[in-house]
Amino acid sequence: MDEFSLYVLDIVNNSTRAGARNIRIFLREEGDDLYFTVEDDGCGMSEEQLARLRDPFFTTRKTRKVGLGVPFLVMLAEMTGGWVKIASKQAAGEGEDHGTKLEAKFGLHHVDFLPLGDLCGTVTTLIQGAPDTDFLYLHTRGEKQVRLDTKELRQVLGDLSLAEPEVLAWIRENLAEQYEQMNQV
Amino acid sequence: MKSIEELMAIKAKMQDKMSVRKAEGETRIVVGMATCGIAAGARPVLNAFVEDIAAEGLTDRVTVTQTGCIGICQYEPVVEVFEKDGQKTTYVKMTAEKAKEVVEKHIKGGKPVVEYTIGAAKL
Repeated sequence: MDEFSLYVLDIVNNSTRAGARNIRIFLREEGDDLYFTVEDDGCGMSEEQLARLRDPFFTTRKTRKVGLGVPFLVMLAEMTGGWVKIASKQAAGEGEDHGTKLEAKFGLHHVDFLPLGDLCGTVTTLIQGAPDTDFLYLHTRGEKQVRLDTKELRQVLGDLSLAEPEVLAWIRENLAEQYEQMNQV
Repeated sequence: MKSIEELMAIKAKMQDKMSVRKAEGETRIVVGMATCGIAAGARPVLNAFVEDIAAEGLTDRVTVTQTGCIGICQYEPVVEVFEKDGQKTTYVKMTAEKAKEVVEKHIKGGKPVVEYTIGAAKL
């Protein structure tokens, strides 16, 4: 994968596949560091799954024998002087808390890091793929931020799906405009 | 800035379209969006389909959705088109440009673009 935004897309897809109803995505730039956090209320992972998560030859899917999403992320993080931490909890009983939290650090200006890439495209694609899931997306750089909360959009849209192309186009343009402001020196 | 007012206008405009879609059968375009698909360039392919279907005014009868790994990673980006009658066409090694052609010739014209299908790919 040749841009960071594709790693974000791939990792957050794990949360949607885990049946999460709420997913929070944070990108925080601090000096030379980039922190990436994903929190979901999906089904969570067992201790065995968690222990084997970094193993590329472990996957729960049936269509192929390898699972490269997390190993790719770990490789990029460690290559750029960072790390990945993952905590997960399966529901012990009815109504119990469950979900997964992934935190990662990358060397933003490390020679092996990638361009951030089309983050607007990643957020739009995530919403298109799981229009009933609520996403909070927050990217901060110093005082500046880009923020999108689908709960707020849903209040306006009512029962109209977030996956409607016109709505997706609005989301993409809204994010692009926010990024334009963020990138102004 | 794209305002909430504009979003409200979209909502108002879309109301009548939604009822039409529920009445008709749908053609489904499904894009593989697992690690293999993403790494091979599935995101621009998906976006091309979403934008083109909207631009051509086909949203009332065509939906675009995502799926996981279909199991033929070496052929990604993979796109499956399901017709109303249940017929399926599998396109392989897709690009945004090919997606536009599929919308024009297959979705609008009714004729699958044979050279992009898995049947035409060298096995």
